[in-house]
Amino acid sequence: MAEAAPVLAIEGLTVALPKGSDRPHAIEDIGFSVGAGEIVCVVGESGSGKSVTAQTVMGLLPRELSATAGAVRLEGENVLKATSARLRDLRGTRMAMIFQEPMTALNPVMTVGEQIAEVLEIHTELSEADRRQRVLQIMRAVHLPEPERLIDVYPHQISGGQRQRIMIAAALVLDPALLIADEPTTALDVTTQAQILRLIRELQGRRGTGVLFITHDFGVVAEIAHRVVVMQSGRIVETGARDDVLRRPQSDYTRMLIASVPSLKPPPRAPRTGPVALATERLSKTYGTRGLLFRGRVVKAAEGVDIVVRRGETVGIVGESGSGKTTVARCVARLVVPTSGVIRIGDVDVARLPESRLREHRRHVQIVFQDPYRSLNPRRTVGASIVEGPMNFGLAEADAKNRARRLMALVGLAPDALDRYPHQFSGGQRQRIAIARALAMEPQLLIADEPVSALDVSVQAQVLKLLDDVRQRFDLAVLFITHDLRVAAQVCDRIAVMQRGIVVEQGTAAEVFAAPKHEYTRALFEAAPGRNAQFGVAASAA
Amino acid sequence: MSIEALPAEVAELAPATRRPGMARMLVRNPSVVIGATIVAFLALMGLLAPMLGTISPSEINPVFRNKKPGAERTIRADDGKEMQFVHRFGTDSLGRDVYSRVVYGARVSLIIGVTVAAISVAVGLAIGLVAGYIRWLDGIVMRFMDGLMAIPAILLAMGVVSLSRAGVVAVVIAIVIPEIPRVVRLVRSIVLSIREEPYVEAAITVGTPTPTLLVRHVLPNTLAPLIVQGTFICGSAILIEAVLSFLGIGIPPETPTWGNIMAEGRSLFRIFPHNIFYPGVFLAFAVLAINMLGDGLRDTLDPRFAKRV
Repeated sequence: MAEAAPVLAIEGLTVALPKGSDRPHAIEDIGFSVGAGEIVCVVGESGSGKSVTAQTVMGLLPRELSATAGAVRLEGENVLKATSARLRDLRGTRMAMIFQEPMTALNPVMTVGEQIAEVLEIHTELSEADRRQRVLQIMRAVHLPEPERLIDVYPHQISGGQRQRIMIAAALVLDPALLIADEPTTALDVTTQAQILRLIRELQGRRGTGVLFITHDFGVVAEIAHRVVVMQSGRIVETGARDDVLRRPQSDYTRMLIASVPSLKPPPRAPRTGPVALATERLSKTYGTRGLLFRGRVVKAAEGVDIVVRRGETVGIVGESGSGKTTVARCVARLVVPTSGVIRIGDVDVARLPESRLREHRRHVQIVFQDPYRSLNPRRTVGASIVEGPMNFGLAEADAKNRARRLMALVGLAPDALDRYPHQFSGGQRQRIAIARALAMEPQLLIADEPVSALDVSVQAQVLKLLDDVRQRFDLAVLFITHDLRVAAQVCDRIAVMQRGIVVEQGTAAEVFAAPKHEYTRALFEAAPGRNAQFGVAASAA
Repeated sequence: MSIEALPAEVAELAPATRRPGMARMLVRNPSVVIGATIVAFLALMGLLAPMLGTISPSEINPVFRNKKPGAERTIRADDGKEMQFVHRFGTDSLGRDVYSRVVYGARVSLIIGVTVAAISVAVGLAIGLVAGYIRWLDGIVMRFMDGLMAIPAILLAMGVVSLSRAGVVAVVIAIVIPEIPRVVRLVRSIVLSIREEPYVEAAITVGTPTPTLLVRHVLPNTLAPLIVQGTFICGSAILIEAVLSFLGIGIPPETPTWGNIMAEGRSLFRIFPHNIFYPGVFLAFAVLAINMLGDGLRDTLDPRFAKRV
């Protein structure tokens, strides 16, 4: 395999960024190759240039960027020199790409069958009947159930995993030599992700396709890669076989990245015995339209949820999208009104409190949101965002500012930065500010709704550490919502696993991870990417 | 646990940069510059009307009716001095100087445009914020707005004028009422999307009272689109006023407005086209300039449109 000419060879490729960017090159002098039947994972954090690499290969660079040096050889042909007509020929037939977001990558007004057939229509002379046969064939190959029925449905009628299968089918229908997968499973649930990864490996193994797989997730790397290319700020810092890179990383950066991957094994924890800060009893939330004439559709987002969080304790709610974990968080924060049940904060049931009486209790429960780019008002300085809450409760402006300065220092930011606007901070820094804003209210319960899912893995580790520090320091009760089992294993004392609105399993993190009782929990753990992998550094560091 | 033990990211802060100033971006946009220049010119013209070589726009002179542009006559002033006066744009069928009427007419047109825009934006903003944020009010308010929107401005103007006296106030009311629902819809749609933003929810959880929340976190997002919408309302109000006056149901005919001048010249249009031509040109330029200004503002203030060339 190594002897044969590679499907893709990138040599000394440099792509310049427009003037005035924070660095001169998006990628600089990178070189690696992808052999037939080989999966090469390009790993890096945001801004590392991994997606630009993929776009350059496909000839899809945005207009402001251009390759200034080097060559990209697809089966020996330099695609940088190819005319746009030739590039069009190559795309689909010799190289194909699948994207992160399967909903937006598919055209919502065309049936999925038409979208796969479109590739055939453009590149082959097949008759319509033959095309349909080929489409059905490839749909069977990607294990879509009932291809005869699915071929005529629209993208919104099928699930995210099925959409990604359609994307893969369209990419592979002409048997390209190279498949580029740009974070193809990032938007999917973990169980779906496992299936898609298995599918990609199976198909490329059978067809001998070379795969350039872009990801930020070392679990996925461990699961699928033959070789790994690690990128940082537009340069390659390390290349090598998967096990070499994962177990014996050479560069400091790779070591740091791998060390930042949380282990699936929960560390030992003493049981918390503090007073109960939050107790929900039979908490339920039903969404639905109560039409005047028709009985609307009813969705039970959460049903009979019992969760207890003590002071100083972190309780995780783990589940896939649609499991109801965020609904529970929003009910507890009273951003939505629960349909029934009890939410006890301290001694008070806040479940049905009217807004006027609720206000006094709001300060006890604070929330840190998932998306640090949207959780701070872009038009207000971060200082104004932090002092807003305390001033609502009558703290004088000077005192509130003092508190904000202390909190900025506490979360590891310069107190002078209070006068800046959110866009001047990175994602991790913004998440620190969001934590400072929550702490400014001196809450008893902190709800963290996927607080690190939008962050790079190295930043993720720092923010998790900060959350743990403030929990200890202020004896906070933390309700931690996450889909990421690794994160849950590291930060949670106890874990509740939710599926379709119901808590299917609850217990200490150690118990749940060591001996999952419910079959859904077992399925989740089975699907966790890289669960069997040995992250050399992580094991020794932990 | 000391503060020092926490990871210090302080050094990594990006240098304090500002986004490119809005004012500078506006100055670079040609349609903003051209539109604003013409509007400013017209506004100055209306403001300085008495000093621009005009005579009284309502002075009737039966001897000097229907003169072509460039006709000269001798005017005797109050102190007995005589002077030659050139009717640059000719005179109308009552002998009034069309040039003076057009220049003074800019006053009424611009005042109506700006007043209508200001009132409908202010009222629409208030109603839209409430309708968008308070869920149970939404249905009621919006159905009422749908009803208002169904009333044609001209029909409403006839109603208002027949109830009260014809005049600027009646015309403004008649134009404002059907414009309000458009503003309400715009504001409401923005509020509906902004209220779901995490930073609004964060403000709720820190106990910010609803009125403060609306003003502080929601309202600023509506300003840019509202400025743009305001310019379009201004342009269309000027046009509607002209139509109403032309039809004789707007401002009383002795007041010079571009619509009135055209209405007056309608019957003799074939022989004396200047009565319609000159006010028409000014009207067209005014509306065009205001719309250009609005387009330019939208491109600059609303980047989603700017990207589509």
